[in-house]
Amino acid sequence: MVSIPSRHRSFALLAGVIIVQVLLLEVQIKRDSHGRLIRVWAVGAVSPVERGGNWGLGKIRGIWNHYFALQSTQRENEALRTENDSLKLALANLQGKAAEADRLAELLKFRKSQEKIPMISARVIGASAGTASRTIEIDRGERDGIRRNLAVITPDGAVGKVIETFHDTAQVLLLTDKEGGAGAMILGTRTQSPVGGNGEPYLVMKYVANDDTVNIGEQVVTSGMDKIFPRDIPVGTVMEVKAGNPFKQIRVKPAAHLDRLEEVIVLLSQEPLAVSKEPAAQDAPAVASPNSSSANPPAAVVKP
Amino acid sequence: MNDTYELRGGETHIEVHKFYPGAILGITILALIFQAAVPVYIPRMEILDLPLLVTIYFGLSRRNPSTGLLLGMVIGLLQDSLSGPTVPLGLYGIAKTVIGYLASSIGSRLDTEHPAARFALIMAFFVVHQAVIVLIRRVLLAQPEPWVNWALVIAAAVNAVVGVFLFVVFDRLRRNS
Repeated sequence: MVSIPSRHRSFALLAGVIIVQVLLLEVQIKRDSHGRLIRVWAVGAVSPVERGGNWGLGKIRGIWNHYFALQSTQRENEALRTENDSLKLALANLQGKAAEADRLAELLKFRKSQEKIPMISARVIGASAGTASRTIEIDRGERDGIRRNLAVITPDGAVGKVIETFHDTAQVLLLTDKEGGAGAMILGTRTQSPVGGNGEPYLVMKYVANDDTVNIGEQVVTSGMDKIFPRDIPVGTVMEVKAGNPFKQIRVKPAAHLDRLEEVIVLLSQEPLAVSKEPAAQDAPAVASPNSSSANPPAAVVKP
Repeated sequence: MNDTYELRGGETHIEVHKFYPGAILGITILALIFQAAVPVYIPRMEILDLPLLVTIYFGLSRRNPSTGLLLGMVIGLLQDSLSGPTVPLGLYGIAKTVIGYLASSIGSRLDTEHPAARFALIMAFFVVHQAVIVLIRRVLLAQPEPWVNWALVIAAAVNAVVGVFLFVVFDRLRRNS
């Protein structure tokens, strides 16, 4: 049953096998052949299994990468999120600077167009601490020649008046404050009436008789009668007109963006401004919508 | 015919193991496929020489030099065939023929079941295997090849460690006596 080959027989077999393979090597070297037939058989036998293994490994790898080995994905995700946040901040910063540059360019353009009018630009550095009043604080004060009751405007329109001055700063009462207001008139009909605030975003035109015709979309400008604002500075656009007793109830959307002021101009005299003529009624609403605040009011259209 | 039988040489009694049908063929094919395919995905696995480990294991277990050297020759030639045209047929064939012969010769004289003995034998066989390859390359193929380097020592140790664990798995494919 047990067959143990002799040491000599196995050694002879070893020698024979090695000699055959050495000869095989010699043949390959001499004939520059690579034993193609054997290789084709071997590769042909193994490659289907390799393909199957490749498919299986691919599936396993996919499952592993997509469901288990997510640690690096999480780290990468966090890094990308951090980068995204910093990029958002940088973008917001750049957008803010771009917007500031636009506003300053607008101010500069306005100032150049009003070279003869004494005025000073100021940066808004604060706002009222509560909702009971609508005031802003600017970075110009008595040192810069600011005094009470000077008109404050932007290139878009009237903003308010200086109510308190300090050495380096001043407080401005906005038109929308309950105490705020300005002498105004309807641009088209020259109907005069003061406008004032009631603590809401829109202004109220107080004393227009029911007989007077006022249309939605008409422009309201300063009348100069309050001895604060020069004439013909845009105040706003009529957004709503209702019959009242004894006067009409007219709501006016401010021309200046009073809810997002960053730079303003303080007029140092009441000398009328030279306002260029521009298309006016393009922003007039088709239907009165008192709550709307997104519309951009048109510029003034009056020449003094 | 017994599945396990003993060689009696003097006072030593060494078991000769038999395996389940197809075990040797299956393991050989798996080892060759592993050797050909896995380094594609995990390049570091190239350091392992599974066909060599299979040759050593079955050589040590079967303890028949003729069978061992023939198995080594077949495994080596198949490895040559799968290694591309830059490896001539016979390079691994000769090396594994020698290893198959040596493993089965040593296996018929020593008890090679202990892990420490297996570790030492695998390291030694790995070095001999590489030495035969270098010899063939330098003498027969006239290719410059360093005799010894650190990579060889590391590869021998890694293969020995893997081999010790792998042999335990292979032991389970033996038929019970």
